[in-house]
Amino acid sequence: MERYIFYILALIIIVFAIASVTSKKMLRSVIYLLFTLCGIAGIYFLIDYNFLAAIQLTVYAGGIIVLIIFSVVLIHHIEMELEVAKKSKQILVGLACLVGLAVFLTTIYSHPFNVVENSVTTTTEDIGFGLLSYETGGFILPFEVISILLLASMIGAIVIAKGGKTNFGNKAKDNSNLKN
Amino acid sequence: MNISLNITKTFTELLSGFLPESTANIGAMVIIALIYLAIFSVAGLFLVLIERKVAAWFQLRLGPNRVGPWGLLQTMADALKLVSKELTGTVKADKFLYNLAPYFVIVSSLMALSVFPFTQNFQAFDINIGLFFLIAISSIGVIGILLGGWASNNKFALIGAMRSGVQTISYEISVGLSLLTMVLITGSLQLSEIVEVQKNGWLIVQGHIPAIFAFMIYMIAGTAETNRAPFDMVEAESELGAGFHTEYSGMKFAYFFLAEFINMFIIAAIAATVFFGGWLSPFGITDSIPWLGVFWFLAKTMTLVFLMMWFRWTFPRLRVDQLLTLEWKYLLPLNLLNIILMALIVWLNLTIQF
Repeated sequence: MERYIFYILALIIIVFAIASVTSKKMLRSVIYLLFTLCGIAGIYFLIDYNFLAAIQLTVYAGGIIVLIIFSVVLIHHIEMELEVAKKSKQILVGLACLVGLAVFLTTIYSHPFNVVENSVTTTTEDIGFGLLSYETGGFILPFEVISILLLASMIGAIVIAKGGKTNFGNKAKDNSNLKN
Repeated sequence: MNISLNITKTFTELLSGFLPESTANIGAMVIIALIYLAIFSVAGLFLVLIERKVAAWFQLRLGPNRVGPWGLLQTMADALKLVSKELTGTVKADKFLYNLAPYFVIVSSLMALSVFPFTQNFQAFDINIGLFFLIAISSIGVIGILLGGWASNNKFALIGAMRSGVQTISYEISVGLSLLTMVLITGSLQLSEIVEVQKNGWLIVQGHIPAIFAFMIYMIAGTAETNRAPFDMVEAESELGAGFHTEYSGMKFAYFFLAEFINMFIIAAIAATVFFGGWLSPFGITDSIPWLGVFWFLAKTMTLVFLMMWFRWTFPRLRVDQLLTLEWKYLLPLNLLNIILMALIVWLNLTIQF
């Protein structure tokens, strides 16, 4: 039964991934991307890694996709369609994708995977202890580094959004100079 | 009297009596899905009727009173009417996304419904990250509203959808943080365990001051997240027509409408489970009769639903800037302080336990 669910999910992911890059309408390809991400969340649910699945849903489906939709909705009119790239570019991109796929597949097939028999459900408690432990195998350093990174990006976003009055004036002047 | 409400187990056992195991599993899943669909539609219609009755009561009117005894069948008749109506659409709309949008809204609220413990064993999906799963699912519903507003190719609908997006994204933070405050006491995200912890007193009593703050913040943010008055900027009739569902008709409109009411039920049910002990009876008066848990759960939820309706018919609508000021300048800092206060109280063992 789990095997069938896996195949259904894999089919969903692949079909919508292809649809996402081939669709000419921008918002539609965003929605196809959403279905791909939901399919990946489904695979996490299948291997009983519920926390990661919920993270996938919140961060990607609920956060990033909503942001992309926002930006598309703000700039994109309903009748606009994306242009098809030139033939030479299409072939180049196709070749690059094939090379990437070849590297990926050779790595997967040459790596000896250990089949684990047990099925352990990772609880949120384990993840919390793992994140905050400073012994071997703990993730306290990456955790702190990421929090500083997030703080820096938050402050940066506020500074950019607020802008300085003097700065703005200078910029406007610069632009007018450029025009002249 | 002993009614078994352990639905997944009961149906799997019943079906595996005369079916092979895998078929029995799938059959049980289908039956449970149908039960939840039935609960979904009946609860939705019932809530619409209650809303109209409450509104009538607040405005000193009678409310629906013609169809059936005391107008009880009014919403059923409305649903039948909506099913028989023509489905119209705008000419230059993106048909695919336009038709897809209602399903996002309705599927996300249906998924959220599955994790609630209606009583000890009446729970379809007891996932170990229950509360977090609810927050994750509720963040998907907004995509349906944004899509519906954009794909209608209508300015009012688009503005309504954008407002809804801003509102839902901001108030989601408060909902999440206020629930996180309570998780500090329970130490678990699993809904059945959260109820189990409350056998020593409901969490709003155990956590006293910060818990009451968290409950107040949760109810405000929850009302805003379901786009209900006084936060219904999304469908402000005086400014936007009907907001994001202006172009929807018939059953597709009804999906949005039902999902809104079910979302209200979900917000109230989360509050009842996390703050007021879910299916536990007050002072354990009916502990010997387990199936009465459904009654207590629904009674608590309905009280909170009534509270939300009370908000709706009492307060005037906010402006957009007031709405965002309330969240980012007042609720969010208050919430962060509240989490620290709760952590201190849990750390110093100042919780009230019976």
